[in-house]
Amino acid sequence: MMDMDEIDRGLIRALAQDAQASAGALGRQFGLSQPAAWRRIKRLREAGVFRGVRLDLDKAALGFSVTVFLGVKLATKGRVSLEDFERAVAAVPEVQTVEHVLGMYDYRLRVVARDIPDFERVLRRRLMTLPGVGSVDANVLLSEERRPGPLG
Amino acid sequence: MLDDIDRRILRHFQAAPESASADLADRAGVTSSTLARRLERMRARGVLRGARAEINWPVLGYTVEVSLRVTLDKTQPRAFDDFIEAAREVPEVIEIQTFLGQVDVRLSVIARDMAHYQDLYRSRILTLPHISDLDALMHVARLKTDETLPL
Repeated sequence: MMDMDEIDRGLIRALAQDAQASAGALGRQFGLSQPAAWRRIKRLREAGVFRGVRLDLDKAALGFSVTVFLGVKLATKGRVSLEDFERAVAAVPEVQTVEHVLGMYDYRLRVVARDIPDFERVLRRRLMTLPGVGSVDANVLLSEERRPGPLG
Repeated sequence: MLDDIDRRILRHFQAAPESASADLADRAGVTSSTLARRLERMRARGVLRGARAEINWPVLGYTVEVSLRVTLDKTQPRAFDDFIEAAREVPEVIEIQTFLGQVDVRLSVIARDMAHYQDLYRSRILTLPHISDLDALMHVARLKTDETLPL
């Protein structure tokens, strides 16, 4: 685990809010010169503190008004290849995230659709037909809030 | 409204949010000035709200992530409000989602290790108000995380 101080934690929090903030602006916010801020950001990035950058888009304005979380249980474990399922599910464009989990389900999927009929089409044609799928449980997302996390 | 050019720009942009604008213009097949103008317009309309860096919690020492699926006691009229308000006070809760379905609320909770998680679970999670049922999914691996839209 890397060595971090209060300023590093502040920079991580700020970039998690706005990945495009400039080193100059962040420096002013945390009382650093632009080059000093830049060096710290570079060090954090190189340490792998960020998985990547994600655009924050208004999904509804782009025509995707429905987000559904699916809990998927595979049918015959041992006989289906997890790799086959994972490769096929990750290739479905409407599937935004795939997480392998332990518990009531084997996989947790985040799926976007234009509306409920569109979701039903994706579910029937693209998801229920995936290799090895057993039971599927769906929950429609109503609201979502990302929190800053334990960064002091 | 958005047209095909806007959607094409967003498609390439969300696939590589850190690319230089000249590269993005190239890939989307537009000039740099068209790109700048279109992005500005989408920002002004609130379609493009910004960009977030996703924190890689394991690198910061948080190696455990658990998805807690909560059913609330709906005989309590303020069940959702009280629960969510209290969950916001727990720093290790990094995501709060509400649902229509079997599950009412889902929390993403991170912890340094299993002992830390057990402690959080007992002292901060089970003490949240109006829980009627709770089950946990433990994250093993993330296989796709881009959260891009099929534009």
